[in-house]
Amino acid sequence: MPEMQAYGAGKQRFETFSYLPQMTPERITKQVTYLINQGWTPAIEHCEPERAHLTYWYMWKLPMFGVYSVEKVLAEAEACHRAHPGHLVRLVGYDNFSQSQGTAFVVYRGGR
Amino acid sequence: MAPKAYEAGVKDYAKTYWVPDYVPLDTDILAIFKVVPQPGVPREEAAAAVCAESSTGTWTTVWTDLLTDLDYYKGRAYRIEPVPGDPNAFYAYVAYPIDLFEEGSVVNVLTSLAGNVFGFKAVRSLRLEDVRFPLAYVKTCGGPPNGIQVERDRLNKYGRPLLGCTIKPKLGLSAKNYGRAVYEALRGGLDFTKDDENVNSQPFMRWQHRFEFVMEAVRKAEEETGEKKGHYLNVTAPTPEEMYKRAEFAKQLGSRIIMHDFLTAGFTAHTGLANWCRENGMLLHVHRAMHAVIDRNPLHGIHFRVLAKCLRLSGGDHLHSGTVVGKLEGDREATLGWIDLMREPYVPENRARGIFFEQDWGSMPGMFPVASGGIHVWHVPALVTIFGDDSILQFGGGTLGHPWGNAAGAHANRVALEACIEARNQGRQVEREGRDILMEAAKHSPELAIALETWKEVKFEFDVVDKLDVQRA
Repeated sequence: MPEMQAYGAGKQRFETFSYLPQMTPERITKQVTYLINQGWTPAIEHCEPERAHLTYWYMWKLPMFGVYSVEKVLAEAEACHRAHPGHLVRLVGYDNFSQSQGTAFVVYRGGR
Repeated sequence: MAPKAYEAGVKDYAKTYWVPDYVPLDTDILAIFKVVPQPGVPREEAAAAVCAESSTGTWTTVWTDLLTDLDYYKGRAYRIEPVPGDPNAFYAYVAYPIDLFEEGSVVNVLTSLAGNVFGFKAVRSLRLEDVRFPLAYVKTCGGPPNGIQVERDRLNKYGRPLLGCTIKPKLGLSAKNYGRAVYEALRGGLDFTKDDENVNSQPFMRWQHRFEFVMEAVRKAEEETGEKKGHYLNVTAPTPEEMYKRAEFAKQLGSRIIMHDFLTAGFTAHTGLANWCRENGMLLHVHRAMHAVIDRNPLHGIHFRVLAKCLRLSGGDHLHSGTVVGKLEGDREATLGWIDLMREPYVPENRARGIFFEQDWGSMPGMFPVASGGIHVWHVPALVTIFGDDSILQFGGGTLGHPWGNAAGAHANRVALEACIEARNQGRQVEREGRDILMEAAKHSPELAIALETWKEVKFEFDVVDKLDVQRA
């Protein structure tokens, strides 16, 4: 067995998938496909890292009602990231049946 | 219609209570019992006796029966069925008019349906298998104080099961050392930690001290990670007054969640606490100590699906459901049946999962099923497949027993969970490809690699005692 390691100092996390390596475009594509196939509405939000714990982030335009194109969703996420390179960008899947979010995860971790 | 003449004496229950042509009303409470009658008692008579003793009847005719409209109030045994694979037992269906029960009181319902009748001499054994609560009755109950959707919104956790851990050793830690264990588990990536059910307020750790140290641990872990976290502060207490005192203190300290044991404390105390939680914006985690005493014997007692339904009516946001794969009893199909009953708005009849009646919950919120007991990283692919997103997976030993400690153990569980969720969303067969998914994820997480190494041999492959009744070849 390898030698014991100390668990490092506190590190900011962003809920779902934030304990996996930062998403590659290929992995994001698959998650967006899943989200759309679930019948959820994709939406993009962004936030300064120091305010990430707050419930409400900035909306990047309105949720993409009626958008079924994975490319379109990815393009919006990228556009948001380009406009706010230091911000966290998360992808949300609004589930109007549960009146909640089916999923939400950060796709850009603040450019650092 | 004027009452008929009074005739004193004993008459067969079946004359009054066996009504095979009865069509249940939408507002009736329906129950199904598994009955093993005494030798020589006909099934119709035994079913009628169970019906009578759990509704309006007693062993003899009494003149005061004629002062009321017993045909309106009496229960009716309306169907009997053989039990597959057991020639001695049969199922009896009973319909009870809704006016037999006080509104919003599972206490009252259970006092009738699971009351004196269970000691009744004409039956050798009796088991309450399922109960259909009509929507008219559901609407009189408070239900989960918050529900799955509100909890997810409050905690900002979406698209995955939540992760928890019961702090061990369950008894004997001082408050400060206990808080340390909580802190390590939460900072490593868990959403929740939990008091063990028998941690109340013992001499080694009084409840106030535990609450204070634990909440400091929760706050620190939240600050570090930026994620919302909680510790189920157990407010189970010797008296309701003491229970409320502990709940108030938890609120004062800023806790998001408290916990309670609904069976040992009783439904009256529990329903009161659920109401308090609703009024105070507090999440309520519910543990089920003593359930196996009541629900494990396949011939006598109350099936867990009935206890789960009663708890949803009484109120809880989380309820322990069994794991299927861990150290505690639980058949897979039967478990899927009762986790549906915990969290779905409508559950159709499904005999393959032991669900005898459809159940319409109306707008009553759902509860998170909690899988806890003897589970570790290797179980994550199966747990994700069985439970789906709306569940809480609790790894006690599977977090604290990690060779590098709680934080690394928590981290390993979180990585395993997220890897399985990502793979599932990609369309992979998570249960079948579990090994590959976990091994790939471990390449980026030494914590997970060690956990996989540590628990690779642990299995709990005992057959379950309480199986669904099916004819076996």
